[in-house]
Amino acid sequence: MSTRTKVFLYGILLVLCVPFVFPTWWMITSSFKPNAEIFSPSLWPSSWSFEPWRQVFTMQPFAQQYFNSAYIAVVVTLGTLVVASMAGYAFARIRFRGQNALFLLVLTGLLIPSEVTIVPLFRIFNSLGLVDTHWPLILVPMLGPPSVLATFIMRQFFITLPGELEEAARMDGLGRPAIFRKIALPLARPALGAVAIFTFLHSWNLYLEPVVYISSRTKYTLPQALTQFTDAYQGQLWNVQLSAASMTAIPVLIVFVLAQRQFIEGLAHTGLKG
Amino acid sequence: MTAPSFWTTRRRDQLTAYVFITPALFGAVAFVFLPLVLVVWYSLHEWNVLADSFNFVGAENYQKLADDPNFPAVLRATAFFSIGLVVLNLGLALLLAVLLNQKLRGTTFFRVLFFSPVVVSLLAWTIVWGFLLQDNGGINGLLDAVGIDGPNWLRSGGTAMASVVIVQVFKNVGLNMVLFLAALQGVPQDLYEAARTDGASPWTIFRRITLPLISPTILLTSIITVVGSLQVFAQISVLTQGGPGTSTTVLVYYLYQQAFQFHAFGYGATLSVVLFLIVLALTVLQWQMRKRWVFHEH
Repeated sequence: MSTRTKVFLYGILLVLCVPFVFPTWWMITSSFKPNAEIFSPSLWPSSWSFEPWRQVFTMQPFAQQYFNSAYIAVVVTLGTLVVASMAGYAFARIRFRGQNALFLLVLTGLLIPSEVTIVPLFRIFNSLGLVDTHWPLILVPMLGPPSVLATFIMRQFFITLPGELEEAARMDGLGRPAIFRKIALPLARPALGAVAIFTFLHSWNLYLEPVVYISSRTKYTLPQALTQFTDAYQGQLWNVQLSAASMTAIPVLIVFVLAQRQFIEGLAHTGLKG
Repeated sequence: MTAPSFWTTRRRDQLTAYVFITPALFGAVAFVFLPLVLVVWYSLHEWNVLADSFNFVGAENYQKLADDPNFPAVLRATAFFSIGLVVLNLGLALLLAVLLNQKLRGTTFFRVLFFSPVVVSLLAWTIVWGFLLQDNGGINGLLDAVGIDGPNWLRSGGTAMASVVIVQVFKNVGLNMVLFLAALQGVPQDLYEAARTDGASPWTIFRRITLPLISPTILLTSIITVVGSLQVFAQISVLTQGGPGTSTTVLVYYLYQQAFQFHAFGYGATLSVVLFLIVLALTVLQWQMRKRWVFHEH
């Protein structure tokens, strides 16, 4: 490849990067600007103001909301890993009566987006007195459509395991639950990682469900809280909002940079199956 | 000699399997199938949560749907969003994948950059774009610098939908890019070499060899992207609230407005049924096309 072609290709790549990188950059730097300066097109704040970052916590119970999002995402992720790996293993490695029919039943769940069922689910949770609690945000993703996708991904993985491993374990006198725990699960680490990343981000980004179910500020999750930074006239306090948005995005971005291969391959893989 | 135990290995295996699938099965039934049946049942009811009334009204909601002056506009907005998103997303994803497939140093670095919006919180991404697209925001600031007077992107009928599409394209194009990149790397190198020996131009090679060979991936990604695009909600809710007028009121947003803002739950359920039918039709279409592809491969 000639140098001229290379320079040309790098030029295109750099230009194309702008709409991908610039918004995140702009979000973080603008969060340090005073609100008066917020629309000035400078790439770097003229003076750094940490006031917006402090205001995030005084305007809303933001630490509580952060904790809500974090604990819900962790519970949903761990729960999904347990539910999906067990079901995926059984469908892939054990022969039992009704196997195909039951798998088909679970599989058709992939067809039904959660937006379709939100009205009846709201009625169900309403009659159970669980509206304005975190239960719908935990139970539906952990057992509903995203978990169905996770089950499918785990099954596809377990099907590829060589049968000899289990035969050998069986000769050693291990029962099924032990084979699952000691042989299959440790081998499934890449698939479990992919499911964990996908599930965590799904929960972290969940927006329609919190908006529908949650009405108390102290119970808000981050996506819902981010939209609430307005002044008394419903005008947006951009610098505070962008500070809160930065706090939501930066931790995930750091983990992404540290484990970019797992993120990219895992998410592309789960996206493909979905 | 002891009598053979009832608990043979096979029976134990079966029991384990049923225990293992119970939570997933319960979830699929309780949170997918039961609500799906109920949504059809509710669509035949008038249900006002404030008045606590729930009455059977037969096909009245469907009559309302047929008479709803907003509904054609909602379908149009939904189609516009989905088609716009698929075309731009797949086009850009393919371009990025082709660029990253060149023998250049540092492509991994660019891959990380192009992929990064996928992991930025959806609401954070949407909010910062909403900020940039304000009338006096960063985009118009840039345009001003080169002497262009940009429109009020999110508040004018002509640009609101296009803006929402663009925001979503940059958010998730990285996923399709990675899928295309994998497909491109699966194209056998000797095919390229043979074509080059025959004197084919790069464009002919791309059109005659690359595109046909990655067409299964193109089909797959377009279906995934269309189905995903039907679920768009947060972006609309934050950027335009369905406006101006109904120009960005896509189906899910309309469903949300009817059910949870206007408390017309029966009608909301009817709109949910419509959404389900569209997703179902797309999935059947996907199966049909996959079958044809398999046929062609033989």
